[in-house]
Amino acid sequence: MNMIAVGRPTRPEPVGPDASDPRGLVRDEPLIFELGGWSKTGVDLPEAELDAKDLGDLACAGPVALPGLSEPEALRHYVRLSQKNHAIDLALYPLGSCTMKHNPRLNEKAARLPGLADIHPLQPASTVQGALELMGELSHWLMTLTGMPAVALSPKAGAQGELCGLLAMRAAHEARGDARHRVLIPVSAHGTNPATAALAGYAVEEIGQTDDGHVDLKDLEAKLGPDVAAVMITNPNTCGLFERDIVEIARLTHTAGAYLYCDGANFNAIVGRVRPGDLGVDAMHINLHKTFSTPHGGGGPGAGPVVFSEALAPFAPAPRVVQADGGWRLEEHGRGFGRLCAFHGQMGMFVRALAYMLSHGGDGLAQVSGDAVLSANYLKARLEDLLTPAFEGRCMHEALFDDAWLEGTGATTLDVAKALIDEGFHPMTMYFPLVVRGAMLIEPTETEPKAELDRFVDALRAIAERAKAGQAEELKAAPRRAPLARLDETLAARKPRLRWTEESA
Amino acid sequence: MRYLPLTSDDRAEMLAVIGAPDIEALFEDAPAKARAKIDLPAHQGEIEVERRLSALASRNRPAGAGPFFCGAGAYRHHVPASVDHLIQRSEFLTSYTPYQPEISQGTLQVLFEFQTQVAELTGLPVANASLYDGSTAAAEAVLMAARITRRSKAILAGGLHPHYAETIRTLVHGVGVEVVRRPLAVDAEADASGLGEDVACVVVQNPNLFGTVTDLKPLADKVHAAGALLVVVVTEAVSLGLLQSPGAMGADIVAAEGQSIGNALSFGGPYVGLFAAREPFLRQMPGRLCGETVDGEGRRGFVLTLSAREQHIRREKATSNICTNSGLCALAFSIHLSLLGGEGLRRLALLNHEAARRLKAALDEVPGVEVLTPRFFNEIAVRLPAPAAPLVEAMAAEGVIAGVPVSRLDPEAGMDDVLLLAATELTIPEDIQALKGALTKVLA
Repeated sequence: MNMIAVGRPTRPEPVGPDASDPRGLVRDEPLIFELGGWSKTGVDLPEAELDAKDLGDLACAGPVALPGLSEPEALRHYVRLSQKNHAIDLALYPLGSCTMKHNPRLNEKAARLPGLADIHPLQPASTVQGALELMGELSHWLMTLTGMPAVALSPKAGAQGELCGLLAMRAAHEARGDARHRVLIPVSAHGTNPATAALAGYAVEEIGQTDDGHVDLKDLEAKLGPDVAAVMITNPNTCGLFERDIVEIARLTHTAGAYLYCDGANFNAIVGRVRPGDLGVDAMHINLHKTFSTPHGGGGPGAGPVVFSEALAPFAPAPRVVQADGGWRLEEHGRGFGRLCAFHGQMGMFVRALAYMLSHGGDGLAQVSGDAVLSANYLKARLEDLLTPAFEGRCMHEALFDDAWLEGTGATTLDVAKALIDEGFHPMTMYFPLVVRGAMLIEPTETEPKAELDRFVDALRAIAERAKAGQAEELKAAPRRAPLARLDETLAARKPRLRWTEESA
Repeated sequence: MRYLPLTSDDRAEMLAVIGAPDIEALFEDAPAKARAKIDLPAHQGEIEVERRLSALASRNRPAGAGPFFCGAGAYRHHVPASVDHLIQRSEFLTSYTPYQPEISQGTLQVLFEFQTQVAELTGLPVANASLYDGSTAAAEAVLMAARITRRSKAILAGGLHPHYAETIRTLVHGVGVEVVRRPLAVDAEADASGLGEDVACVVVQNPNLFGTVTDLKPLADKVHAAGALLVVVVTEAVSLGLLQSPGAMGADIVAAEGQSIGNALSFGGPYVGLFAAREPFLRQMPGRLCGETVDGEGRRGFVLTLSAREQHIRREKATSNICTNSGLCALAFSIHLSLLGGEGLRRLALLNHEAARRLKAALDEVPGVEVLTPRFFNEIAVRLPAPAAPLVEAMAAEGVIAGVPVSRLDPEAGMDDVLLLAATELTIPEDIQALKGALTKVLA
């Protein structure tokens, strides 16, 4: 054994099968309720000189039963917990339809400038001219990139953007005395599309799909009619394919007096290259947390601004930022169909998204979509001899496989996903879109080095070969190298425990 | 470009594997007419972008730059430095919804702790893993009440924030819920009129838009006797550290804005919607729920659960269309609250109340200014001898951000002379003196 001067071994002793178990670093971490003290605090505040006797019984007698942690305890608790998460900053996170790309830290810094973070939504307009101009500039970029003449910034996330689009369509129909009751949605759509249509008060009808993964034009034409308010499509669609008949879809939709909504979740595939406005789209939301890299934050926050065609522009909701008399102001009332949330939308996300756009520029954004599509096609090309692509030919920004290749192996899509965890990757999106059996939807994004794409391909190919070599049982035991093994989701749903209680401790 | 790792050699190699001549060929399914060159500025380095954003930031007057009294649904509070550090941990910041629980236990345990904290604060047994903000949470509460009661009318009390009222009206219109909005009123939460058999819920805010604090028990009894539900909206979460909890006063659903704890003002978003309810309504809740379970080796772990309510499973029959929520803001909320603990939160709330009492005392001394709010936590409404909107602009010129004119929130309310002012633990006596001085000067 090689020894260095101080006598420590430079090469580890041979170790047993559990050697790669990471639990030496990843500790079991108690809940704050098991860790904290009822009278402990990590914030030193002076004691108030005045009491709250003026409030009488409106005030409660003592503090809320919440534990406190000192600052060092809090740091350890949350840092330890963080270490149980996978993240983009650790490795490829190819969750299809989610666009898990690198989150530039310049954007975080910008969003924390006091002039942007420490301003109140209802300050006088004269004291927030920079913020309003920022919103105006973001609007300009979004309208230019999509070729659409109007934008509503306020929707809080993609699903609220969908609602914003449909409510504008509803308002437009109502304005011409043409109440309609149905929305057509492809079977492959995100679940938010039908859920949103229902929330907007429409009955949902599904449009079929062709064998090659596109909207079935004949089915669409048959279902369109004077009662259809909107057709909601996703382009590129959730199979990772560009809807090449989109112009015809728009023509048919408009001929029937309906509007075309486009779910912009997959805008990253075409940003800087293809303008939805030129395709006949009437409204589209843009997930700033996908295409424009604002961090996903463990589930949010997002932002879902919506761009509108000329026909729908008058129905865009309040607030709107407008430039007049050499200054900027907000129109907070009147016009449009109403209000989607308090205040003006996700300003923190606007700052980050604009920083991202300015950094890339028009040329860089075209390279973004180019590299995203290139990377997905590369993965597809390197995997298609071993896995079964759901559809022939090239894809856009995500590669979709079905589970035909697993037939007879005893392993499932879920097993493959969990096995990927042991190789250090976040699994792909599984079992979505619903139209493909055992779907595996892989979206690498443009921010992966080629070496990382190759590492992923090698890992997935090795898993595939193990599955085909009759080692399904091994895959079913995965993950073995994660902080926890597979969790009992049935138990969680059958006996819901959604909070800590003293009795449960 | 600094965010793009592929080199031109990589691209050439990858194109060869794919069998495509160039990247453009991968886009051939898109119609040529939509593939026009897009006219936008070229890429920039970090120095130039930072310079541009700093220039925009410099044209705003930060709340911390001087006397500042805006509230009305967004509050300026201190956030401990460790909170912002922790939420920037890569593993929290750059992960997504915990769909794979084995490698998301960090986020999931935080959500479980968050749900427990929200339940304790609101005085209700179950809470979800967050919604977008308080206003959309209030709309979800109305939709949920309509589903539970199978009734279709919601009464909005006169103290409800106008943005919340407008948001509710917009978001529930599609499914046919009728919204009856009472006229804005400083102190009318006790009003239990109009409780017919078609009423699904009454929505009240506490403290209300004007800062008024009310004992909601009598109202809750009347609402329940009519077979309806009481939805309590809270826009200032710090108040929950001092006031009777909504649950203790009879709320069935609480929809609250959590910004005050852990989150920056950020010009209105992103914020975090808190949502809690009574246990029997669990399966009607909107949004994600995190639950405790065990893994294959019997160890405690957490998963997203009861997802049969949600859009990705139930599609058009889901309880809500929400997908992305406010995860990172919920984390900030939870960390700040863990640092405070119940004791710290009460102390913080008392400091807020004290600052507001000092503010009231100062305003009482300004000739022509009448304080309208009878019982308050940290916010009060005053009637001015002049319209409030031009006054706040004049006050801004004096270096004082004086508050929010009611006319800005609801121009039709006939309250052009009413101004809302909030004070927090960050309001110092000098700020209050500056406000009093500038107000006296501007009114003279």
